[in-house]
Amino acid sequence: MMANSAAANTFREGPDENGHFGIFGGRYVAETLMPLILKVGKAWTEAKAEPEFWAELKSFHKHYIGRPSPLYFATRLTEYFGGAKLYFKRDELNHTGAHKINNVMGQALLARRMGKTKIIAETGAGQHGVATATACALFNMECEIFMGAEDVSRQKPNVDRMRLLGAEVHPVKSGSSTLKDAMNEALRYWVSNAETHFYIIGTVAGPHPYPQMVRDFQCIIGEETREQMHEAEGRLPDTLVACIGGGSNAMGLFHPFLDEQGVAIYGVEAAGHGIDSGAHAASLTGGRPGVLHGNRTYLLQDDDGQINEAHSISAGLDYPGIGPEHSWLFENGRVTYVSATDKEALDAFALCSRKEGIIPALEPSHALAFVSTIISDLPKDHLIVMNMCGRGDKDLEAVLPRLEEMGKL
Amino acid sequence: MITYDAIRLETMFQRLSTDRRGGLGVFITAGDPDAKTSLEILSALPDAGADMIELGMPFSDPMADGPAIQASSQRALRAGGSLQSTIEMVRAFRETNTSTPIVLMGYYNPIYSYDVDRFLEDAIRAGVDGLIVVDLPPEEDAELCLPSLKVGLPFVRLATPTTNDGRLPIVFSNTTGFVYYVSVTGITGTKAVPTDLVSAAVARLKSQTDLPIAVGFGIKTPTQAAEVARYADAAIVGTAIVNTIADSLDKDGHGGKKTISSVIRLVRRLADGVRGARR
Repeated sequence: MMANSAAANTFREGPDENGHFGIFGGRYVAETLMPLILKVGKAWTEAKAEPEFWAELKSFHKHYIGRPSPLYFATRLTEYFGGAKLYFKRDELNHTGAHKINNVMGQALLARRMGKTKIIAETGAGQHGVATATACALFNMECEIFMGAEDVSRQKPNVDRMRLLGAEVHPVKSGSSTLKDAMNEALRYWVSNAETHFYIIGTVAGPHPYPQMVRDFQCIIGEETREQMHEAEGRLPDTLVACIGGGSNAMGLFHPFLDEQGVAIYGVEAAGHGIDSGAHAASLTGGRPGVLHGNRTYLLQDDDGQINEAHSISAGLDYPGIGPEHSWLFENGRVTYVSATDKEALDAFALCSRKEGIIPALEPSHALAFVSTIISDLPKDHLIVMNMCGRGDKDLEAVLPRLEEMGKL
Repeated sequence: MITYDAIRLETMFQRLSTDRRGGLGVFITAGDPDAKTSLEILSALPDAGADMIELGMPFSDPMADGPAIQASSQRALRAGGSLQSTIEMVRAFRETNTSTPIVLMGYYNPIYSYDVDRFLEDAIRAGVDGLIVVDLPPEEDAELCLPSLKVGLPFVRLATPTTNDGRLPIVFSNTTGFVYYVSVTGITGTKAVPTDLVSAAVARLKSQTDLPIAVGFGIKTPTQAAEVARYADAAIVGTAIVNTIADSLDKDGHGGKKTISSVIRLVRRLADGVRGARR
């Protein structure tokens, strides 16, 4: 059954042919979508075996996205913390300002291969929506984006960018009007247009093959990091840190290192107002396994299995679930999952801007907040890589009043 | 572990076949707009002409449902509805009705959270006659379908316009009770049933299975229900019913006598339509 157990001495073989990482993953979708999901799976299996597919994607990496993204030694923060050496993987420098484009270009190429010209996507912070709108403009495809009404208002610059790029943005008003509801609505739209539309899911979640496919497209982050760290320091990093909403940037960084026993790996969930407050988005820390949006994974839910609303200041982490492979890595203990609060993320946001001249997105600010809790106690030759997965321009409107309140401006 | 032996679905489809007519299935969400009103509606449905009842298990994230059934789920949850209270409602219904089949319809997470074995046992004990779980395709049969069949409880599968011929045998393989044909490529209550296409689709399904075929999604009027009942074994109406519930609520969202009477009136008209469409 399980091709990817720890007993097989690797953490990198999953999922099995039905999309399971241990008990997690799977294909929990309505029958209307099932034939299409199978088609996507088949097309993906074929495409990934073809060198030409990857060659074309690689060319877009280089000439359009601007890869490889630098691995930057953050000297001033390193000095400030006075412990381990801190490196940023600069995926915020990608075209469109986040790691999301890595996945979108891959899926857009797959959609084109399948003859699809109509694309839908959900988005939280808007980064995936912007990346999808961008690829659709480039490939001359119709683009419809589903975004929670709450997120439409707190991420306005990204909404404007999507519209400018030619996408239609549907504000979703059901439920908590955030990412979970955007995903429900995108799935509903897909059920209604299953034969004509391709759904570009933005994170390592959803029905198989999405968690695996998105991971494979994001692994470029970890692969480059490995090579760049070898160039910079002649060895592997000691610690990896990335923030987690659905978990695509984290999986992209982590996956190529999962079988390196000596590399400590930390995923940082959003603790919102604090785990004990109940107002958070930390599915692993505060949830339990359940089934939503096509996969089994850890979910924030009540005793009756009703899904709870998540809370995070970061729209990109404001989701009550997490990719199924993370749930598996959590249970087998290969990755350590921790959390950072809104306030800790805001502190890190301000600190990084002042010390490094890099305005981070709120999402990786959570990762930096966690880094700040361990780095000072680690030896000076210890190497930390943190994924700077997005830039913070989109967050200014939400962040500035808070920083002013906190006396940080 | 107790097993299911009530065979109410089988008995109903046999009777419909003797009467040479299609049946009327009525969907309501358990606990909408509140537990008491919902039980009164449920109890009144058989006399109003419902041949079987699809009882929705409320869920926070009903991804195959349109705005009307989403809202009914929300009303039920706000009023304290849960899987537990849904099962309790069936038990209470069975105190006065032992013949009308009730099929629970909904999503998997509340059942998974409740525990599959405990759920099957409690559902059978309460008098449930079948399960329809929208987000469990054949690929995930090990979750609930196989355990359900093991204790004899019908597991009703959805077939859709996108279910191609190659997939039909897979869809039929572990289906019991009947097949629920989803008449539109879409979510509940948004598109009108394309009668010609559906008639051809039902014929296609019937050529490959002996199971009764019920049709739902998009049937709103007595006329549509009658048309579908001419070629399908049952027509299922949901959105029109829950919309009627929604329209009957007072400004604070509370139901009353009007809620029950307006639902019953609609069900009578639908039943008249279906019964008038003898084959």
